[in-house]
Amino acid sequence: MSLYVDIRKSLRDFELNIRFQSNGGILALLGASGCGKSMTLKCIAGIEKPDEGVIALDGVTLFDSERKINLPPQKRKTGYLFQSAALFPNMTAAQNVLCGLHRIKSASEKRRRLSELVSMFRLEGLENRYPHELSGGQQQRAALARTLASEPELIMLDEPFSALDSHLKWQLEQELCAVLKKLKKKAIYVSHDRHEVYRLCDKIAIVSGGSIDSMGSRELIFGSPRTYASCILTGCKNISRAEINPEGSIAALNWGMSLYSAKPSGKNAAFVGIDAKKIKACGTPDSLNSFEYEVIEKIDDISGVILLIKNKNASSSGTIRWEMGREKFEKLDLSRPFAFIPPESVMLLSE
Amino acid sequence: MDLSPLWISLKATMISTVITFFAGIAAAYYIVKLKKFWRGVLDTILTLPMLLPPTVVGYFLLLLFGINGPAGKAFLKLFSAKIVFTWYAAIISSAVVSFPLMYRTARGVFEQFDKTLEYSAKTLGLSNAFIFWRITLPNCSYGIIAGTVLAFARGLGEFGATIMLAGNIPGKTQTISVAVYSAIASGNDALAYRWVLVNLLISLAAMLTMNIASVKAASTMRKRLPAGPSATPCADTEG
Repeated sequence: MSLYVDIRKSLRDFELNIRFQSNGGILALLGASGCGKSMTLKCIAGIEKPDEGVIALDGVTLFDSERKINLPPQKRKTGYLFQSAALFPNMTAAQNVLCGLHRIKSASEKRRRLSELVSMFRLEGLENRYPHELSGGQQQRAALARTLASEPELIMLDEPFSALDSHLKWQLEQELCAVLKKLKKKAIYVSHDRHEVYRLCDKIAIVSGGSIDSMGSRELIFGSPRTYASCILTGCKNISRAEINPEGSIAALNWGMSLYSAKPSGKNAAFVGIDAKKIKACGTPDSLNSFEYEVIEKIDDISGVILLIKNKNASSSGTIRWEMGREKFEKLDLSRPFAFIPPESVMLLSE
Repeated sequence: MDLSPLWISLKATMISTVITFFAGIAAAYYIVKLKKFWRGVLDTILTLPMLLPPTVVGYFLLLLFGINGPAGKAFLKLFSAKIVFTWYAAIISSAVVSFPLMYRTARGVFEQFDKTLEYSAKTLGLSNAFIFWRITLPNCSYGIIAGTVLAFARGLGEFGATIMLAGNIPGKTQTISVAVYSAIASGNDALAYRWVLVNLLISLAAMLTMNIASVKAASTMRKRLPAGPSATPCADTEG
């Protein structure tokens, strides 16, 4: 049970250079739109052809530019779920699912599998409806049933919920998660939504500018991002250019302050990141990583207050985003404007 | 009234519409898959019969199918019969002239067709033939029907290339449009009016039945597809 991908393809805006291996479970490709995530899936599915490289699934070579192997999509056993569901408009929901069951010869077995899938994806009563008569969520469930009907070795989900309303999205996501775990299917999940990715996936690969920036367990990727791209994609709002001073402190150039990090610094740290929720208020500016701040702007958000602050004793103009709950904001003593950044929340990042 | 022009016209146009139907769809289907450069080159060549005056097309067809032309010679060798001045020639001329209409309309709908449908069908393991006949074609039916209507109407009205290649032999190669010309030329206005009326009726009937089918297909497709295609039979989406 493994997927091995090592491909290169030159695209109009960048060079796709993707290399990873997955041994089961759900792998997420997290990246901004246009970073090459979908193109990677299309190469694995055989819809697009890489310029060079190797793709192998469970010991079967799907693509190998040197050995001139390029299996057609039909023979790759990779399921692909598109954002648009891509149900065939001229067929009913049941006929669509039957398209996935075309390999089964016996009619009774076909019927049995169809009713199994229909109940698994709660499509009862919708079998004879055409795609345009189904809601977005129903369409996506029917598309998922159709994909699973073809019994793929690998399921690729290309932002399958991004066109849905948020409450529907949540429900469908949980259903999908349950089904994938139950069937023990290997899956690749492509998304730009870090929350979705965190909830669904065991392993995460950050894709940036056409290549895998970093890869690891979700705890590792979200807990201590090591690169600029992974830090941004995991939701960090404060990133500054940085230089390491000889004595070990970090000069955050955009904010005009010196910081200490509790995390080991890599050799090529070029940026420093701070989680906007981890900044704390303090009474005096004496401790390590503390500074006197000046509020530039206050923004009210659903979950609390966002302050844009700036180091008062620095000439540089970069602001730091500080997020806190409303209660905490009300307790904030603005006559003693001192903030403190815990050294364990200071992340050193490479390019 | 000698009804032979009616039968010759109907026979020739129906057969030529069948030829154009398949040839136009096939050409459109493969051309949208080509690289930009070759697409442009082939597109120009395939559209040429629509842009050239029919007499010029007829001249080229004569060069090709005449007794000294390569196709004419081959046909003579194989079937020991010539093509020019037979009603087969009317099939050829009307097929060639109506081909661009079918081809360009079909190309327009194939270009609009949502590629993800084809992609997901492939990953489901469906064969290319199944995808084409059961998914691509039914979902493009509104444009295909529109193209067929146009090709039929154009084929029926074909005059210039037909008279050059098939001639004007009453009872043998004389089609309706040629009969109208002949009648006018010989001063038989009453006969000309009758043929004009017949031609009008056939064209109207064909357009009506096929347009109803096209509009019907288009309105179901508009409901089914997110981006609704145009119901009007436009020959070209690129203008």
